[in-house]
Amino acid sequence: MDIHALQQIVHKTRDARRKQTLPKFSPADRDQLIKKYHPDSRESAYRPIRFGPNAGEKTVVELATLLEGDSLIGEDVDLTPHYTTDVLVIGGGGAGCAAALHAHGAGAKVILATKLRLGDSNSVMAQGGMQISVAPEDSPVTHFLDTLKGGHMKNDHQLLKVMVEEGPAIAKWLIGLGVLFDRQADGNLHVKKGGGSSKPRLLTCSDYTGLEIMRVLKDEVINQKIQLLEFCAAVELLSDEGGKCSGAIFKDLDNHRYVVVAAKTVILATGGIGRLHIQGFPTSNHYGATGDGLCLSYRMGAALAHVDTFQYHPSGAVYPEQLIGALVTEGIRSEGGHLVNAKGERFVNELDTRDVVSSSIIRECEEGRGIRTMSGRVGVWLDTPLLDAEHGPGTVEKHFPAMMLQFERFGIDISKDPVLIYPTLHYQNGGVKIDTNSETNVGNLFVAGEASGGLHGRNRLMGNSLLDLMVFGKRSGLIAASRAASMPQGRLTVKHLERFRANAKKHGSLSGVISPMILPAYTRKAG
Amino acid sequence: MAQENANVIDQPEVLTPRMVTIEISGKTYEVPEGITVIKALWYTGQEVVRGAGCLGGFCGACATYYRTKDDPKVKTCLACQTAVQDGMSFTMMPPFPARKATYDIQKLQDPKQDLFNLYPEAPLCRNCNACTEACPQKIDVREGVWKAVFGDFKGVSEMFMDCVMCGMCTPVCIADIAPNLVALYVSRAQGAHFTEKPKGLETRIHEIENGRFNEEWNHILKMNEKELVDHCATVK
Ligand SMILES: Cc1cc2nc3c(=O)[nH]c(=O)nc-3n(C[C@H](O)[C@H](O)[C@H](O)COP(=O)(O)OP(=O)(O)OC[C@H]3O[C@@H](n4cnc5c(N)ncnc54)[C@H](O)[C@@H]3O)c2cc1C
Ligand code: SF4
Ligand code: SF4
Ligand code: FES
Repeated sequence: MDIHALQQIVHKTRDARRKQTLPKFSPADRDQLIKKYHPDSRESAYRPIRFGPNAGEKTVVELATLLEGDSLIGEDVDLTPHYTTDVLVIGGGGAGCAAALHAHGAGAKVILATKLRLGDSNSVMAQGGMQISVAPEDSPVTHFLDTLKGGHMKNDHQLLKVMVEEGPAIAKWLIGLGVLFDRQADGNLHVKKGGGSSKPRLLTCSDYTGLEIMRVLKDEVINQKIQLLEFCAAVELLSDEGGKCSGAIFKDLDNHRYVVVAAKTVILATGGIGRLHIQGFPTSNHYGATGDGLCLSYRMGAALAHVDTFQYHPSGAVYPEQLIGALVTEGIRSEGGHLVNAKGERFVNELDTRDVVSSSIIRECEEGRGIRTMSGRVGVWLDTPLLDAEHGPGTVEKHFPAMMLQFERFGIDISKDPVLIYPTLHYQNGGVKIDTNSETNVGNLFVAGEASGGLHGRNRLMGNSLLDLMVFGKRSGLIAASRAASMPQGRLTVKHLERFRANAKKHGSLSGVISPMILPAYTRKAG
Repeated sequence: MAQENANVIDQPEVLTPRMVTIEISGKTYEVPEGITVIKALWYTGQEVVRGAGCLGGFCGACATYYRTKDDPKVKTCLACQTAVQDGMSFTMMPPFPARKATYDIQKLQDPKQDLFNLYPEAPLCRNCNACTEACPQKIDVREGVWKAVFGDFKGVSEMFMDCVMCGMCTPVCIADIAPNLVALYVSRAQGAHFTEKPKGLETRIHEIENGRFNEEWNHILKMNEKELVDHCATVK
């Protein structure tokens, strides 16, 4: 059937649905729903990691294979450094830029190396906003409790406390750099309510929050003349005699040569894992989100936390085919957009946490109340025109210009037509375990941002990631800089590789792949 | 599970998959109609390193020039956001060596005047509108450059919120202006110097520094898991 004909059910039931209030599920019902329908609960997708610091723990097959992969680097590699620095930042997203700016500000010599261009990352795509408790009726403690509840009580309390308490100072820093957050008429920061939060707490820059923050941070990194190595992908870390981190080896993607950087401290800010397409899911992530930081740190002996849980954002585009997996911001649901099945019914409180909403969408589809596209995808409707009906014509266009444009390019006007959505692989809830200094159990190796784990527990609340990046980017930068000031450069070796390979042999073998992956293999092979 | 047939969207491109002929940097290829320009590159076996970033229309890495059949006009697009069509010809834009002024945003004394020192070419705009025509984000770039020069920094910052810094407005400028870089400077200056400092934020920072929440923290951090679960449930 024609898509417009199928959409009629959404238009027809709109007025009746507007009068409805949907209760949230009871804790027991939520648990049951997640257990039955959340992709994290599919046991067949998991296997234990065979060796290394997390031996015996389960993670998804795609990640386990990479963690047990071999390095591109041989033990006889030439380690004469091409560059020497105090602080080496790996990754040019939000966490990397924040870390580099703070380390530089603290007087350290900084090199920022990144796989693609500076800024090409998940961070530019953040649309929904950044959680910071600035409203009078809100508090860091409430922010803490909301996040804990969202994370199934598994969040590291110390990390979380640091994040919520340092949030307001971060907002001030960003404003000082020229970030244009949305304001109320009285000049105060405008706050929106996000899924799973009890108070409005999302700071936004229209629906371009990540883009606006990244435009400014990138510009600032360039203004501060921080040394950049673009199109350089980290392929191995370096360790001194004591096993502490002392630099990294990169592959220059332009000429395929190795670049060796000697550094007193290293901050990994390589982001998430979406491009591994776990369980075959489409993803909202950028091209380079291949979990490289996890493989690099794991080989060095850094422990990981919560790598058995991932976030499937409830609303990834299912139609048109060109936008598969692209994010349809949670902002639409925050402003009251309904989720509607093929029968025109709502089936979940749209502002419940992401894992609950995703599970319930999957349930609708598995039980036959979804809408199928001819390319074999299935989804439910997100009633975007409802926003104009509720808050006046022009609302969608005014509040979600980025999304309007994205769909308009394919002839779809989301202020008039509902969009078809299904969960998309969005975020890596866990990552390399860090302490409140952002340091791992490997000395002088810091990890910040999505590559790190513990803070978000088993499910991240929307808007908490941008804050995580800035807070732990800052902490890692400041601490790595002060550490570097008081110590000599460690020796450059790849001794940890010998250890890793020997350990693999003891447990059978390496998985047969080379990791990190660097870029997903989308190029079609001949034939 | 059973899916009623009534709930299936027909898609012409899937029902009758059609191959189209396109030209990439001067070479001819056959690719499925409707895939994006980036996917067409992958489909033809080409690796893309420079030219792909977010794949979501936000980073501007995939700036591309293209032409459609029998139309002499060269247009611009984001390769991750544009579908190929029969007879299309395209090439990705290489990085353009535009000059970016460097400045310390916080130390600017007179940002509106400083614009003329940092970007002296900005007032030389000749109104040709080529920048606006080049913008894949549909920003009225020319208007923005004029607003910047006339000191309407707020106006510029609002107009350029959509700017993905793809740089396509730059090589076309006959006055050698990099409009996106001018706009970025202006937006940052607007945010840092001409926007009210939010009072609520200052209050909250002071509250935290003065330990207003310490008692509550002590209370909470001592709880065992059960108590904490119950306490979380009381937050509405
Ligand atoms: C579409 C989308 C929307 C989102 N919306 C929100 C939101 O509204 N609010 C919110 O709080 N969060 C949001 N998130 C989550 C948040 O944006 C990310 O978690 C966050 O940006 C991650 O930042 P990061 O700096 O850790 O990683 P990234 O920003 O992804 O940066 C990682 C960097 O590391 C580089 N890199 C990777 N591997 C290597 C390597 N081997 N060598 C060198 N460099 C490497 C990458 O190229 C990249 O530059 C969203 C995420 C997505 C994908
Ligand atoms: S203003 Fe220039 S850099 Fe910005 S989106 Fe338009 S063409 Fe690209
Ligand atoms: S292209 Fe240059 S000269 Fe022409 S309108 Fe734009 S800024 Fe002015
Ligand atoms: S790859 Fe980022 S805009 Fe196309």
